[in-house]
Order: sequence, then C-alpha cells, then structure tokens
Amino acid sequence: MEKHITLPLTAELARTLHAGDTVYLTGTIYTSRDAGHKRMCEALARGEELPFDPTDATIYYVGPTPAKPGQVIGSAGPTTSGRMDAYAPTMMSVGARGMIGKGARLPEVVEAMKKYSGVYFGAIGGAGALLAKCIKKAELIAYEDLGAEALRKLYVEEMPLVVIIDSEGRNLYEEGRAAYLAGRK
Amino acid sequence: MREIEASRITEVVKRLCMEANEHLPEDVKCAIRDCRACEDGAIAQGVLDNIIENFEIADRENVPICQDTGMACVFLEIGQDVHITGGLLADAVNEGVRQGYAEGYLRKSVVKDPIRRGNTGDNTPAMIYTEIVAGEEIKITVGPKGFGSENMSMIRMFKPSAGLQGIKDFILEVVETAGPNPCPPMVVGVGIGGTFDKAALLAKKALMRPIDSENPDPYYADLEKEMLQKVNALGIGPQGFGGRTTAIGLNIETMPTHIAGMPCAVNINCHVTRHKTEVI
Repeated sequence: MEKHITLPLTAELARTLHAGDTVYLTGTIYTSRDAGHKRMCEALARGEELPFDPTDATIYYVGPTPAKPGQVIGSAGPTTSGRMDAYAPTMMSVGARGMIGKGARLPEVVEAMKKYSGVYFGAIGGAGALLAKCIKKAELIAYEDLGAEALRKLYVEEMPLVVIIDSEGRNLYEEGRAAYLAGRK
Repeated sequence: MREIEASRITEVVKRLCMEANEHLPEDVKCAIRDCRACEDGAIAQGVLDNIIENFEIADRENVPICQDTGMACVFLEIGQDVHITGGLLADAVNEGVRQGYAEGYLRKSVVKDPIRRGNTGDNTPAMIYTEIVAGEEIKITVGPKGFGSENMSMIRMFKPSAGLQGIKDFILEVVETAGPNPCPPMVVGVGIGGTFDKAALLAKKALMRPIDSENPDPYYADLEKEMLQKVNALGIGPQGFGGRTTAIGLNIETMPTHIAGMPCAVNINCHVTRHKTEVI
C-alpha cells in the first residue's frame, strides 16, 4: 500500500504501517551512523542528554558526501543498518521510533521494535543522488569532528521509503523473497 | 625508455576518482535496464526504476552516484620501459586521490587505524596495486570500493577434494549470507587459485572487468553463466525485497595454485560497480 506520512512518528502512526508498504515521508529526521551512535549511547550511559529530543524521532543511517556549492546536501543514501544494531534498542528505549537504512537487523532489534512500536524503513541503497533531492534542509547539530558521521537535522519531503520491518515484527526481506519464490513454482 | 612525470599520474588519478564516482560504466547501466525489463513484481520494478533515475541524475548533474564514494582502489599496469620522474609513484597516486576527493566533493571514508580509527580527512591512502608489463605506457584504473558490499565478501581455503561443487556451493553461500546488505542487485567477483592473498586480488580484479565480457576460458565462461543463473534463482531480488535480479553480473578470474590447495575468494560489489581506466 502507498502511504504519505508526516512526522513525528507517534506510536499510533507507527502501528498503521506494515511491512511492504511504500511510504513517502515528510518532516524532520536526524542523521547518525556508527561513531555518532556510539557517542550517543555513551552519553546516555553517563546520564547525559542527547543532542536532540529522541521522543518519536526518526533516525536516518547516512553519511552524506559534502554539499557542492548551491546544494543542500551531497549524495545521501542509506548505510548498512546492521552496524547500528548494538545501539538501536537503547535509542528506542529513550523514545526514538523510526529507523531508515538498508539491510538485515538482529532479532533483539526486532524485539525492541515490537516493545516500543518501532518501524524500520528501507531507503534504496546506492541511490544517494536521488535521495538527496528529497532533503530540503540540512543543519549540523553535533559531533562536527566526525565529518560525514556528524549528527545532522534534516527536513525531508516525500522521501521514498519501503517499510522493511513493522512494529509487529513482520519482515519484508522474508515475506518478499518467499512470495517471489512461491510465485516461480 | 619513456619518461612520464609523476604529476601526470596525479592529474589522471584525480580525474578518474571524480569520473568513476559520478558516471556508471555503460555495461552496468545496460544490465540494470535489462533486468528492469524482466522483473514483474511492483516493488522490484519500483526499486530498479529508482536506481536508474539515480544514475541518470548523477550523470546529468555530475554528483556522486552513491554517498559511499569508497576506498580508492588504484590498479597500475606499468610498462617496463617507463621511467617515472619528478616524484615517487605512491605519492603521485595518493596526491591524485587527495585532490580528486576534495575537488569532487566526494566523501572521505578512510580511517588511519583499523582499531583505533580516526578519519585521515582526505581519503588517502589509496589501495595501490602495481604490475610491471611490457611496453612504455601506464594503464591506470580507479575503482572506488564501497564497504556495504566489501563487508559481505569472504575467502576460504578449500581442499582440492572439494572440487567444482565446493566452489559453486561457496559462491551461493556468500551471496545468501550477504542477502540485502550489499545493496543488491550486486556484482559478484570470484577469484580461484593462487595463494590466500592472490585469490582475494583476483576476486577484486574480476569486479574491474566489464560484466558483459566473459572469461576467455570456455570452462569458466560457462561457469560464470551457470552461477549467475543460480545466484538469481535465490530470489533475494533488488534491495533484498524479493525478485528475479539478485545479481547483474558474475565474473571469475583464476590462476595456477598449489597441489595441496584450492583458494577461493568472493568479492561482492553493489549495483554501483564503478571503475574508470585511462592509458598514459
């Protein structure tokens, strides 16, 4: 099903999304990948606040190329989400709900998604030039020293995504492949 | 003896870094378009449409196809009658990478230590492979390699008794394990033979060969076709969402090996299989 949704991603909204849905996302999201997640989780462990309010937030796993003059941001496609599996349950435990990336997730992430009504969206890996077109604003908010891995606040319009894993734990990687193989028989 | 200025090498490497990251090779574009025509699922078609639109934007606007502009793998075939003047070869290549990644607004994705990390800030050092060949030219190939796919690659030292079946099973095992992670549809590079290190290098070189070419040995050309078909029968599909196109190409490179061994490396690449060559 095709859906156009506006953030923030409340638990109610999250529960209306199902694996296999094509979603066009509009609103504010935050970027973070390996080094940024490590720092945020270390900050939480020390009892410190995050650089942004995680309540109902959506995090995009991306490290963009530098913006050329006149560009809002450089190419900005998703990185492999599995590297954030160690941190994702912690992020959800403080309120973050949406994750945008690509690739498989561990069972403990899926369990946390079921517990906190999380949604894992897939953006097309390797389509960084296309995805950059949906990003209308980009602002560096923390960890500038990490370069491409710094935390950014983005405003996106109609960002094309697919729900890979929904808040009930249903998984498009499993269902899509099974459906294709069943259809071939 | 022909003299080539090191600065000439820098200038070519710089340009190749930028061009390889912005413009996908024609063979890869054709393969993606052909696969789009063969998919019948709506999600798979949609993914491939977006992938095509993406490389068209990159072509038109001279922007990176993918944000992971990779580690710069630089292959140099140096004629033995060439004398490089005015600087060291490695310095010239790294300076080209430094300039190309700065001027091309490419991402700096290299850390200075594998465990202690820390970005080098200029995407150096390049991964440099030199080969001395006949003649008085230098053939330079730059293949930026992203790590979403690099991370899903594997090598195994087989006993010779594992035979052809062992190799076939291993290729499928690597692709199956990679699943949706390396941004399928992928390109699969297979290196068989040599030593532990040479097998890996052969697999990387296999990724630099056009995917519409075939191994000159008919035995391996047939194996390439058979394994591409088997990989695509796995049903992983574009982005892993299910479908016919799991891989758009599979190249095999081989060399002699030891009586006791049969090394096999499988190097996975994404649909953004970039490489650009120039001869000076």
